[in-house]
Amino acid sequence: MATVNDLTMHHQYPKQGDSEAAVSVVDLHKSFGRQKVLNGVSLRVARGETLAVLGRSGTGKSVMLRIMVGLEVPDEGSVCILGHGLAGLSLDQLGEVRKRMGFLFQHAALYDSLTIAENVAFPLVHHRRDMSKSDRSDRVNQLLAEVGLEGANDKMPSNISGGMQKRAGLARALALNPEILLLDEPTAGLDPISSREIDELVLKLQREHQMASIVVTHDLHSARTIANRLALLDKGSVVVEGSFEELQESNIAFVKEFLKLA
Amino acid sequence: MGLIPVTTTTPPLLEQAPISPDADRDSTPGLIGNFFEWFGELGIFSWKVLKAGITLPFEGRELIRQLDDVGSKSLPLVALAGGAVGAVMSMEVRFSMARFGATSLLPSAIVYSVIQEMGPIITGLVVSGRVGAGIGAELASMKVTEQIDAMETSAVNPYRLLAATRIVACILMLPLLTVAADACGIVTGWITQTLSQPISFQQFINAGFSGAALRYFLPPTFKTAVFGLIIGLIACYQGMRTRGGAEGVGRSATNSVVISSLFVILADVVLVKLILVLFP
Repeated sequence: MATVNDLTMHHQYPKQGDSEAAVSVVDLHKSFGRQKVLNGVSLRVARGETLAVLGRSGTGKSVMLRIMVGLEVPDEGSVCILGHGLAGLSLDQLGEVRKRMGFLFQHAALYDSLTIAENVAFPLVHHRRDMSKSDRSDRVNQLLAEVGLEGANDKMPSNISGGMQKRAGLARALALNPEILLLDEPTAGLDPISSREIDELVLKLQREHQMASIVVTHDLHSARTIANRLALLDKGSVVVEGSFEELQESNIAFVKEFLKLA
Repeated sequence: MGLIPVTTTTPPLLEQAPISPDADRDSTPGLIGNFFEWFGELGIFSWKVLKAGITLPFEGRELIRQLDDVGSKSLPLVALAGGAVGAVMSMEVRFSMARFGATSLLPSAIVYSVIQEMGPIITGLVVSGRVGAGIGAELASMKVTEQIDAMETSAVNPYRLLAATRIVACILMLPLLTVAADACGIVTGWITQTLSQPISFQQFINAGFSGAALRYFLPPTFKTAVFGLIIGLIACYQGMRTRGGAEGVGRSATNSVVISSLFVILADVVLVKLILVLFP
């Protein structure tokens, strides 16, 4: 497997203006009861670009990701995925949009009654019904090899490590060849070596599949490694957005403090 | 692209409470409000399940798995409960009838009591305990570990795959389990009767079913399909609306059993009256 540095060197930073937005959120507001979580978030991610969303716990990063995939409905604002506004879509229409997205949950969210191979095959079983069993098995093996889990087909999620679970979750997210990949804390709870491996894996996959990615993370090192652009959230709003070097030049005290402590 | 300073606020880096979609549960509308909210959400849930259940694709493989889980795995417990009821009925009814010199009517009393009421209600309550708790806990666990969310993000409708299959399995299996409970109840009723006053099984059955028509026995057996609907629907609803980690899973499992048992008993009252009116 290539090192992070090798991959970073090859990582192409797409120009903002030359591609259609894969994900676009405009003035997103969301409250739970009296608690305001998102307060006018606007972001845009181009095809092939990776945006890392950073911020303190409780600033609404994961909620924003859930809104993007239609698991939560915003109070105000709009979400546009690959040219489709999510507002007013029927469940079937939303399903069609979701098939073009992959989502890695913070704790992988593998189906605990299914083996790793069955987990990875799950989207194929339900959406590629014309696929033969042998083709599906080949595809699962290919995906597992891609994330470095060869031979783990028959293992149960409870019998593998957190890092392996994340890899399996990533393989499942990639099963339908998504155009957008959403990653919720991909390195949370992992040791530094496993975190680095996940970073390398995400970089490799981005390079090979050219997906638009949004990574929600607390891990500044990880964000710096895998993202073209970083956005810092605080109190439900984007405080600052730019490359890591640009964030370092910021005069905003919160940004300085965050970068210092992260 | 340059740096985009969106705001210049400088809040201190104090730890904030993590945001979760459960946060809106803090604004509890009170007991009466909760009561109506519960029923309102149940109505919406039922509509989603109905819509998902009657549209393609049908989840045949999952349905077969659930039929096995609800049916064959509940059979030993239901048979045991039915058998116990038959034996107790036989002892209790014998004592009462002996006082009036009507022990010859004992087979009929046992057969009618078991098939018309005791078998169905015991089956309903036993399945509510075993299957209701199982479905409630399983779906609750899937909910809090984001497995149901993962299913949705994979564009698979959890109302179709998880809820509709379990509810249909409960509806189909309850009448069959009731027949098993009835059969066990009648057999143990006969055994208990024979221990006090020997009688052949053939005689017991002939006496028990003398003058009976199918309309006496079919409606009470098929009313348990309604019990199945109640158990499946409430267990799936409680499971899929779970919030709050392990504590929430436990609460959902308990609520599934308590609420579905209560509704089974209430539904029984209504259904018995309905059967008496429709099949006099």
